[in-house]
Amino acid sequence: MKGVSVADAGALGQKRRTDLSLFIGIVVLALLAVTPFITGFAGGKYVEALVLKAMILAIAAVSLDLLIGQGGLVSFGHAAFVGLGSYVTGIALTEGVTNALPVLALVISISGLFALITGAISLRTSGVYFIMITLAFGQMLFFSLSSLSTYGGDDGLTLWDSPTLFGAYIFEAGSGLFYSALVILALTWLLVWRLAQSRFGRVLRAGKQNAVRVGTLGFDIFKYRLVAYVIAGLLAGIAGFLTACQAEYISPATAAWQNSGNLIIMVVLGGMGTRNGALLGALFVVLIEESLSLITLEWKLIFGPLLVLIVLFAKGGLVGLISRSGVRQ
Amino acid sequence: MDSTLLLIQILNGAQYGVLLFLIAAGLTLVFGVMGFINLAHGVQYMIGAYLTFMFMGVTGNFFAALFLGLVTALALGLALEALVLRHLYDRDHLDQVLATFGIILFVNEAVKVIWGPATLTIPPPEILSASIQLTDNLRYPVYRLALIVVGVVVAAALYLIVGKTRVGMLIRAGASNAEMVSALGVNIRRLFMIVFGFGAMLAGFAGALAAPVFTLEPGMGDNLLIVAFVVIVIGGIGSIRGAFIAALLVGLIDTLGRSLATDVMHLFFNPSAANQIGPSLASMLIYIFMAGVLFFRPQGLFPARGAA
Repeated sequence: MKGVSVADAGALGQKRRTDLSLFIGIVVLALLAVTPFITGFAGGKYVEALVLKAMILAIAAVSLDLLIGQGGLVSFGHAAFVGLGSYVTGIALTEGVTNALPVLALVISISGLFALITGAISLRTSGVYFIMITLAFGQMLFFSLSSLSTYGGDDGLTLWDSPTLFGAYIFEAGSGLFYSALVILALTWLLVWRLAQSRFGRVLRAGKQNAVRVGTLGFDIFKYRLVAYVIAGLLAGIAGFLTACQAEYISPATAAWQNSGNLIIMVVLGGMGTRNGALLGALFVVLIEESLSLITLEWKLIFGPLLVLIVLFAKGGLVGLISRSGVRQ
Repeated sequence: MDSTLLLIQILNGAQYGVLLFLIAAGLTLVFGVMGFINLAHGVQYMIGAYLTFMFMGVTGNFFAALFLGLVTALALGLALEALVLRHLYDRDHLDQVLATFGIILFVNEAVKVIWGPATLTIPPPEILSASIQLTDNLRYPVYRLALIVVGVVVAAALYLIVGKTRVGMLIRAGASNAEMVSALGVNIRRLFMIVFGFGAMLAGFAGALAAPVFTLEPGMGDNLLIVAFVVIVIGGIGSIRGAFIAALLVGLIDTLGRSLATDVMHLFFNPSAANQIGPSLASMLIYIFMAGVLFFRPQGLFPARGAA
């Protein structure tokens, strides 16, 4: 992507890499699609629920990568949008709105609005100050959700219903929800990559490298970043909708800063700004945590050093590892 | 609220602020000078507390335990720097976040395995265990007052070291432009090592001092780490003076907020709503404060000149 002088060879290499990453992404999604059949033989509902959880987190992680990987905007409050989405869903259900369309419309508009307001303030800052101000808004939302005494306060709230689409319970925990989440994940994955390849994505990436120069070229980088922030926020809100449907329970803990940190970990571990990085990162973290915890209760003694080793020896995260091993072949 | 209670809250706030400063001082230097995001800094705080607990069992003397704990915390900090962090200086900030997050997971779990998941306590040292009569109806533990004094002394000493000595000059120069300092012939790697070891020791010191006041538990540094980041961002990254003022402000706002917010909310809402909103608002106050500061001064209150 760097050398313009070797455009031909470079373009060819890039094309091949693009094809490979598209192929890998489709394989991963296809594997996810057949998971319920495999778990029918081994693993059962427990593994299926685990993979579903991983897919929902992957939606949030892929949306976060639009900010981190493309825009260089490290948001440390992304879980707030997931929490907000789950609360809007939970409150709507509790108040008797069970049709998924208005619920989703509410989720999208409220998390989008929250992103618009907090983004407009946060994007005045940059670098680590941006990290911290997004954390601040995340914490404000977290404590606000904890104070909603009508809807469970600190303890959260159990949901007795799930949203329906034209009378069908496709968001009820089980295989209906599994495939709904898979479809939303695939669409998010496609949308974020299409955005990244578009002019919009190019302006974002240029702003990541040198915001002043982009401004001099006549682009209002603030507007581009704000739009990206709103898109990422409402996608994470949809992940929150799915979280509420899966858990049949809403809790302020969803919006805790630890979860925002986890999302960043997933994106960085997978490989920032790549087509499959955030997707693979989310699946890897959830599944490796679970498998290690089957081996030993003190699985963090293994997972911690594993993270350090990945950083030290695998530049570019998991995707970097994969593409390097591909080159060697 | 009467004046006695207010005085207690102010003292508690100052004490919390002083602890925050000891953690934030190392963090802001490591960040300001080295441009390194060290999430493992909270772990150093926890290690300081647990080491003091361990040496307390061996020697039976708080001050001996404190000394041994500090030396060991320094050694562990330097070992961590040599083993892992040194290889990450030139890397992306997020690589540093990921690696130091891995270190947090490991050390928290290791502490849980070694000392158990239950909370532990250390009694304050004998000669500081009394409490003194501050006003007619207020007694306050001497240890907590001593904590505030120690914190202020350390802050003054740090201010002099950073402001008046040669090493301090290099640190300030490093915070402004590390490459230039390196080009002028200073061994920047050694400077980094000194700053890091010193920062780790200060965090360990904070942990040891806090041990008799709070309880020890695995992961005790994680939430404080976030607040310490709030402090250094409000104060301006790389600035010791900023860290001190911001730490006291955050300590006071948080402590006073927790005792006052519910009462204030009672003026505006009915009692049950106020009891719900008050505590949440109190927890939110420092974040609202930080967002406000960053809105008007995006580089913090006392930005170190030239620092990114």
